[in-house]
Amino acid sequence: MPVTHESVIPLLAVLAPLAAIPLILLSSRRPNLREFWTLAAAFTACGLILSLLPGVLAGRTVAYDILTISPGIALSLRVDPTGLFFAIICSSLWILTSFYSIGYVRGAGEKKQTRYFASFALCIGATLGIALSANLLSFVIFYEMLSLGTYPLVIHKETRESYRSGRMYLTYALSAGLLLIVATAWTWALAHNLDFRPGGFLGGVLADEGAARALFLLFIAGVGVKAGLMPLHSWLPAAMVAPTPVSALLHAVAVVKSGVFGVIRVAGFVFGPATMQAFGLDTILAAVAAVTIILASVIALRQDNLKKRLAFSTIGHLSYIVLGVALLSPEGFMGGLLHLANHATTKIALFFCAGAIYVNLHKTEISELDGIGKVMPWTMAAFTVGVLGLSGVPPINAFVSKFYLCKGAVSSGQLVFLAVFLASGLLNMAYFFPILHRAFFRPGGAGLHGHSEASPLMVVPIVIVAVLSLVLGLYPNALVHFFDLARGISQSVMAGAAAPLAGLAP
Amino acid sequence: MMTSHIPLLIPATFLLAALLIPLAALLWRRLSWLLAVAATGLCFFYAVKGLAHVTTAGRLHYHLAGWQPPFGIEFVLDPLSAFFSVFVTGVALLALIHAGRVVAHEVSGVDMGFYALAMLLLAGLSGMVVTGDLFNLYVFLEISALASYSLIARGDPRAPLSAFRYLTLGTTGAAFYLLGLAFVYMSVGSLNLADVSHLLPDVGDTRPVLLGLSLMVLGIGLKMALFPLHAWLADAYTHASSAATALIAPIGTKVAAYVLLRLMFFLVDPQYLRDQTPLPAIVGCLGAAGMLWGSIMAMCQKELKRMLAYSSVAQVGYIALGIGLASPLGFIGATLHALNHACMKACLFLVTGNFRVRLGHSTLPRLVDDLRRTMPWSAAAFTTAAISMVGLPPLAGFFSKWYLVLGSIQQSNWVFVAVLVASSLLNAVYFFRVLERLYLTPLAPPDDTDVAAAAATREAPASMLAPTLVLAGALLVLGIFNAWIVSTFINPMIPSRLGW
Repeated sequence: MPVTHESVIPLLAVLAPLAAIPLILLSSRRPNLREFWTLAAAFTACGLILSLLPGVLAGRTVAYDILTISPGIALSLRVDPTGLFFAIICSSLWILTSFYSIGYVRGAGEKKQTRYFASFALCIGATLGIALSANLLSFVIFYEMLSLGTYPLVIHKETRESYRSGRMYLTYALSAGLLLIVATAWTWALAHNLDFRPGGFLGGVLADEGAARALFLLFIAGVGVKAGLMPLHSWLPAAMVAPTPVSALLHAVAVVKSGVFGVIRVAGFVFGPATMQAFGLDTILAAVAAVTIILASVIALRQDNLKKRLAFSTIGHLSYIVLGVALLSPEGFMGGLLHLANHATTKIALFFCAGAIYVNLHKTEISELDGIGKVMPWTMAAFTVGVLGLSGVPPINAFVSKFYLCKGAVSSGQLVFLAVFLASGLLNMAYFFPILHRAFFRPGGAGLHGHSEASPLMVVPIVIVAVLSLVLGLYPNALVHFFDLARGISQSVMAGAAAPLAGLAP
Repeated sequence: MMTSHIPLLIPATFLLAALLIPLAALLWRRLSWLLAVAATGLCFFYAVKGLAHVTTAGRLHYHLAGWQPPFGIEFVLDPLSAFFSVFVTGVALLALIHAGRVVAHEVSGVDMGFYALAMLLLAGLSGMVVTGDLFNLYVFLEISALASYSLIARGDPRAPLSAFRYLTLGTTGAAFYLLGLAFVYMSVGSLNLADVSHLLPDVGDTRPVLLGLSLMVLGIGLKMALFPLHAWLADAYTHASSAATALIAPIGTKVAAYVLLRLMFFLVDPQYLRDQTPLPAIVGCLGAAGMLWGSIMAMCQKELKRMLAYSSVAQVGYIALGIGLASPLGFIGATLHALNHACMKACLFLVTGNFRVRLGHSTLPRLVDDLRRTMPWSAAAFTTAAISMVGLPPLAGFFSKWYLVLGSIQQSNWVFVAVLVASSLLNAVYFFRVLERLYLTPLAPPDDTDVAAAAATREAPASMLAPTLVLAGALLVLGIFNAWIVSTFINPMIPSRLGW
């Protein structure tokens, strides 16, 4: 068994963004100071999270019980490889997004920037809490905080459309949260335990197939709304009315990945592969995910609004991860986890580019993008990297994860899902490459004269995420050992024990 | 020495203050407010001391005039009554501090009467909580009822009419209670609660007892505004002065809920009641129906006070649902929700009072988003309480619902689970509607006079703002430390017959 150490570092990492909220609110009249707090919190949180990495790689687990929140259940944080994996993605991309946000909201002259940055910090704090939660109830608490924190960002523009989207988002998110609460309560009633455990803890408890399926569906509905599983996805394209950094970090990384992360937790750490297989739950999940992948890609083909197309692409790629988990093979699970990271860097690059185009040229539709490759070469180069990655072209990182997903489909003997992955890759090309064609090979209109790249505050983060995508494609283990972590997690979940990660240290 | 007198001291102090206030007002009118606050503060202190004693050293019995029960009247502080005394007096203290400016603003000229009646109301309510005698409970119930009819009758021009409706229904409820008590007395021959509870298992013919119990539950259900007996509540809370509403709404229905808990968990064996009679199931189902109906009605209201009143109908339903489960988890959920809802509803009504004092109205369509700048703290307190009402963690409202969900699942009562989920969503609908008005730029341009009024106003004065913020902060504290509250205070009060 891994050794568990008590440490406040995970708590501090979650509190760093939350502590920034009052400071941000208090310095609303001094924008530079306000943005300093955001950046300070981002760097602090990321530093704290990264400081946990060596220990986890060496097989140590760090945990901290904050307090007892309900008799027998603690509000508790625990840094296992899975949680750390997700926390690293969120906290590091938050730094880039913070710089980008500053450039974006100032460039676009957004109103109520204080509320924007405060809500953003709340969302990140909640997401880190989700990542590091040790049990289901802690997960639910942070999950609900995330729902609440995202609402002010969705309605940020305060137009009729954004209000409608905001209400829709709240309806979906709160209903999902309630279902998750019910599922959690039911789990507690069955097992009197809520602690995540690799390989699941419901194995011996569930006997009745009907109850197992109902409980699983409750869970999947609860986390599936944020994960954009069809038919629970409609809020995501609607939420694209939010400012682009919100779409980038929250609706491509933090919020939606929290949903996917929830699927991973539920499938791998609550039910466990054996139970999933015993009750045929993997088939349900895989079918939903496969349908979502194909449908979302087809719908994306028809979107002219750039952000909406990216949104449907996100829905499809989220289901890659879900399908990878549902395959219940080590390679598939590992591919899913890697895609969690790789889709994050590539999709955030695409959203950053969409935002830069909007702030710089005020263009939102794909049909208006003719010739912008010459005006904004760096931005569109980064866009190309993202597009190639998501379409599965080596050496961009998303190729690696797709490769493992396909391997998982083969090794689990479910070739129909291999076909789904391949077909979706083609569809990705079909909906992304026309954008590149317009940008680089069509002549630009007169409206582009006198315009050049967006502000460096935006372009530099864009280039960094694109380079990151490339580096992680060439060296999947670079920087933060994503590859080792993913392999270790997948082995421990499949083996149903936490042991195999020990001794992975470089 | 003094500790043993605490059960008596709480209602007696209120009664004494009720008599002193008219005299004090002759000297100096403001003295009536100070005296009321001081008396309530003193009682809160007693109650806290009593709770500390009960938790550490066991329950307190006070025999009035030295007559031994079951012949004399007995006042008892056990874990349940001590707990309720603390939060009833605590919330009343905050509401009365807040009332100082509201009374002067809304019903000026009758402040002496207001505070004297408020003391009588609290004497009645706290008496209902501490008494160990079923008939004495009826007496205190009438005291509190008469005081609340008169408190509610002062307000806007329609207040007397709604007070009269409340009087009619309230008296009917009290009469049902008395009639039911007569049946129980007929069978058992005792009025002491502990004695009756002790004797009931030996009663051969259970029909009169069950009839009596049902009538008592019916009467208390009326007092508690349990659906469909809630018709009096909306008008009464809407038309009364904000001060009266803020005082009565959070604690009046809670004390009725306390009596229901007493009857259904302590007077009779809850297991027996659950397995042999449909009474708990009926109470639970009415609670569930009330949760939906109250929330739907709340969604349709334009007046903030009326919306909150209907929301109370829904929230009382949560408590009734917990009681109806007749299980330890249901008991915990009901008790915790009584505490949480008292704090949430008090906070919301206090903010309404702040709006009324500063803007002169609390009509939803006329609230504009400038309030977020001019009254930031009131708006923040409202937001906190609203989110707690919706039931989002880590605020208090989430946890009482959590225990109710756990309790419903434990009994595989999926209808209750579905109702809890649906009602939370409906809560979100009507509370976010208010939050949108407070914080977001309206789509249709609002009335110019409303904008001007909101822009020109200031944050509520400190004497009103402080209690509001204390309650809002309490919601966070109650939420975070709910496990401590449950294990320290609520677990000891669960009747042993329930098998916990």
